[in-house]
Amino acid sequence: MDKEKLLKLLEKDGDMTLEEIAEQLGADMRDVAAQIDKYKETGVLLGVHAKVDWEKTKREYVTAMIELKVQPTRGHGFDAIAERLVNYPEIKSLYLMSGGYDIWMLIEGRSLREVAMFVAKKIAPMEGVKSTGTHFVLTKYKDEGITFGGRKADTRRLYSYD
Amino acid sequence: MIDYEKAVTRAVREIRPSGIRKFFDIAAEMDDVISLSIGEPDFVTPWHIREAGIASLERGMTHYTSNAGLIELRQAICDYMRRRFKLQYEEDELIVTVGGSEAIDIAIRTLVGPGDEVLIPEPSFVCYDPITRMAGGRATPIVTRAEDDFRLTAQQLKAAITPGTKLLILPYPNNPTGAVMRREDLEAIADVLRDTDIFVLSDEIYAELTYGARHVSIASIEGMRERTIVVNGFSKAFAMTGWRLGFLAGPRPLVKAMLKVHQFAIMSSPSTSQYAAVEAMTNGDEDVRAMRTDYNRRRKYILEGVRRLGMPCFEPFGAFYIFPSIKDFGMTSDEFCTKLLREQRLAVVPGNAFGQSGEGHIRISYAYSKENLTEALRRLGAFTEKYGK
Ligand SMILES: Cc1ncc(COP(=O)(O)O)c(C=O)c1O
Repeated sequence: MDKEKLLKLLEKDGDMTLEEIAEQLGADMRDVAAQIDKYKETGVLLGVHAKVDWEKTKREYVTAMIELKVQPTRGHGFDAIAERLVNYPEIKSLYLMSGGYDIWMLIEGRSLREVAMFVAKKIAPMEGVKSTGTHFVLTKYKDEGITFGGRKADTRRLYSYD
Repeated sequence: MIDYEKAVTRAVREIRPSGIRKFFDIAAEMDDVISLSIGEPDFVTPWHIREAGIASLERGMTHYTSNAGLIELRQAICDYMRRRFKLQYEEDELIVTVGGSEAIDIAIRTLVGPGDEVLIPEPSFVCYDPITRMAGGRATPIVTRAEDDFRLTAQQLKAAITPGTKLLILPYPNNPTGAVMRREDLEAIADVLRDTDIFVLSDEIYAELTYGARHVSIASIEGMRERTIVVNGFSKAFAMTGWRLGFLAGPRPLVKAMLKVHQFAIMSSPSTSQYAAVEAMTNGDEDVRAMRTDYNRRRKYILEGVRRLGMPCFEPFGAFYIFPSIKDFGMTSDEFCTKLLREQRLAVVPGNAFGQSGEGHIRISYAYSKENLTEALRRLGAFTEKYGK
């Protein structure tokens, strides 16, 4: 069984049935089930979640990408500050980066003000944070492999029998 | 005054116009019609394949290719057929055509002359009969039955063969029924044909779209390769209908003869499409697999939905159609479809469009989004509620 492909399939569509996965892999359904269980036990599979296009709902929200420059601490490098940051539910993603800044995170809030205040009150004053840069998201075109904006209009003929 | 009617040859005049036009006209005048009529994928051609076509244009690859098609494409097709269907062909036993449609046309025109009989299992795709007639041949339908899962049986074939029989069309996986022929069914057909002079035109355009068992080509059955022309293409499997590209493969002397017809009718198939097709043949298996999984979901969904409404429907294991029976409604398929369209704004195809034997059925294409299928089932439900017994 192509295990990497199994994980990629699940990552792409967590809704697939065992039968469908087995068919795609050309593998036995029981083997697939066993492998998935193993991945759950060992923490390779962390969960399944739905992809929501919030733009299509009434929810008021904004997304921002925040760059941080931080002072690494002796012995812990960047881990100490990252371990504090992960605790905030407002922070949806958090990465340590190479390049012009150290930490990159994605924040969601109800309004520009709420996000700005969160950064100003919680992140900027945090020990070790040297500077922050906030970039608000205007439109989301694609996220984790999924294209937003809905299905394209059906441009096929209206009626035919071929 | 020129009599244009007379100017048209008898063979062409006698092609009966399809009664289908009227449904298009009605549908075109209505708002909010849901059409489950179209026999082409709703997917757009996978990006890497489109990109290969674009790249060929950017590089200025805008010339004719060799008549039979790009050599690298024919090699890629040979690999593909070996890999997917255990079929062994060389590059010169293959022609890249303008869709499966042209492949069917040049195969029939090469093999069928005045008086030759062509056996055509029905219900089936609509082109075999007129092409046969235009070639001067006689088209004889063999009516397949729901109780045989719309398969062609050896007994039926044996009973239909006459001394004039030249060619058998084998249209599986089948449009419109979704029927497939299993290996044992093909073995039985092969047993009938082996000691005859009859050729087989195996239209395998839906070969990639089978659910459950893999498609078996009759050309892979002992003793059949030498009398079979395999037709396949890119339209259905790779969602490439508009690129107009297909191919045929067969015994070298026959393919050589067909190349003459192709050469004068077409010169060479579209170059951009051929470059894109190389990418499809080489790196497209995963796309096909993903689309198949998706079709299969919809197949189960629509089949279950239609059966829940009380319409008997044989389970199709190929293509992207279901072919439910409407015998409980006391209407012809034409009446049923007209009423369904007028009253519920749902467009499907009457079974008789695929031969008289399709009467009593409707063809529903499930190459549509889940939302479309859901709404269509709702409308069909309202209709069956009103008219069903
Ligand atoms: C059974 C069958 N054969 C052949 C074709 C021709 O397809 P294309 O010319 O696009 O390859 C179709 C298209 O609807 C079909 O349904």
